Amino acid sequence: MSIPDRLSGNEAVAHAMRQINPGVFAAFPITPSTEIPQYFAQFVADGLVDTEYVPVESEHSSMSTCMGAQAAGVRAITATSSAGLAFMYEVLYVVASARLPVTLACVNRTLTGPININNDHSDSMGARDAGWIQIYAENNQEAYDNYLQAMRIAETPDVRLPIMICQDGFITSHAVENILLEEDAAVKAFVGEYKPENFLLKHENPLAVGPYDTCPYCMEHKVQLAEAMKHARRAVLDVAADFEKTFGRKYGFFEEYRMEDAEVALVLIGSTAGTAKACVETLRAQGIKAGLIKLRVFRPFPAQELAAALSHVKVVAVMDKSEGYSACGGPLYAETLSACYDLPVRPTMINVVYGLAGRDCAVEDIERVYRHLLRILETGETGEKYIHMGQRSNEQEVL
Amino acid sequence: MIRKAKDINEETPWQEMTVGGEIPEGGTARLTKTGEWRSNVPVWEQDKCKQCLLCVPYCPDSSIPVTAGKRVEFDFDHCKGCGICWKVCPFEAIRMEKEEKA
Repeated sequence: MSIPDRLSGNEAVAHAMRQINPGVFAAFPITPSTEIPQYFAQFVADGLVDTEYVPVESEHSSMSTCMGAQAAGVRAITATSSAGLAFMYEVLYVVASARLPVTLACVNRTLTGPININNDHSDSMGARDAGWIQIYAENNQEAYDNYLQAMRIAETPDVRLPIMICQDGFITSHAVENILLEEDAAVKAFVGEYKPENFLLKHENPLAVGPYDTCPYCMEHKVQLAEAMKHARRAVLDVAADFEKTFGRKYGFFEEYRMEDAEVALVLIGSTAGTAKACVETLRAQGIKAGLIKLRVFRPFPAQELAAALSHVKVVAVMDKSEGYSACGGPLYAETLSACYDLPVRPTMINVVYGLAGRDCAVEDIERVYRHLLRILETGETGEKYIHMGQRSNEQEVL
Repeated sequence: MIRKAKDINEETPWQEMTVGGEIPEGGTARLTKTGEWRSNVPVWEQDKCKQCLLCVPYCPDSSIPVTAGKRVEFDFDHCKGCGICWKVCPFEAIRMEKEEKA
């Protein structure tokens, strides 16, 4: 039986961690970290978990500690945000290449420059090519549910990749929402035990992890990792199917909202989906065929499925909550555009970069995007394809 | 199936290599002939050697084997010619020469 409660997103994820009771939690426990390590430290102090809690001196060290612990043969987790994730970058790649299924709770906040700690996706988007699975949540419930699914996906024998469970800073991390928690025993049964084939503390055979990989071997290991990420596609869906069977809530690569006959649609990630759904309902009441795709899984990127879901749409805006400074659009736009290239008939597609460094995005803002798409549909003129929304300007902006 | 390090070489396809290059066994450095990197080579002058064994622990690569309490000839498959043994030998029983590759 699910237990109704009300929690912040940080509490919800910490609660999932307590239920899973991992071997090691290593975290840098001050800014730019989140409340997650703080809540978990309380669980440790209260004797509710058996976890070895390691408060390290930096995020480079927290990820390194996780790597060592996971290699030793236990589940190792951490939580971070913003510049903290950036400080882990070197080790993120090492953990992925050593194929250690470490779990990281990433509360998405902007990367400093200029100094700011509010929500956008620039931290995890910067790590998108590190070989980590990335799953994003719209609300606290999804953050909790994604966390419960994380380890089973990551530890799947033909996957063995680290996983990042992402949620929007402040919007999803601090806001308190109603949530359905699952019973401790049910969670333990669902997540199961971690049983790696080889680990450092296995008595029968000594193990070397992450050795120097010379030129005649290294590319082969990178191909292995690329192949594992393809396998993760199946693992994500398998675990979601079992999650639905066990707890009744359905997940996939993305959520399609009123997409069945949509002529104009948005593709976006995270909490903005809630805002956009309200807008879709308003527009639908006016007879406008508006739809929304909320991407849940960014790595592996569900290119074929996303292209199929967009194949009947006439005009699409891909909403990026991070800048890539590519001079031609954000990372979600690049991936979505590329996914749709092989369609026989492609939708017209534009990119809207919004919500940077915590800039608010309200229902009216989303409506302006849909109205812009309707204008493109009506006139056939796409205009500028790479647009920023929400910034002050002394000239007439597109949005 | 765990592949043994001796069965993995520069011809092995990626599908048959261990995941992430992990090595689930010990002592595999024996299989890699790192002595090929050497540009200088130590020469052991047995008549000057007092078998004090100081060179043995100083060798960074375990390339001075000891049998029955006595050092024997260098393990040239792994000696990189760093010269530390030559530096620490109190009896000048080791000299360094330029490596002549065949």
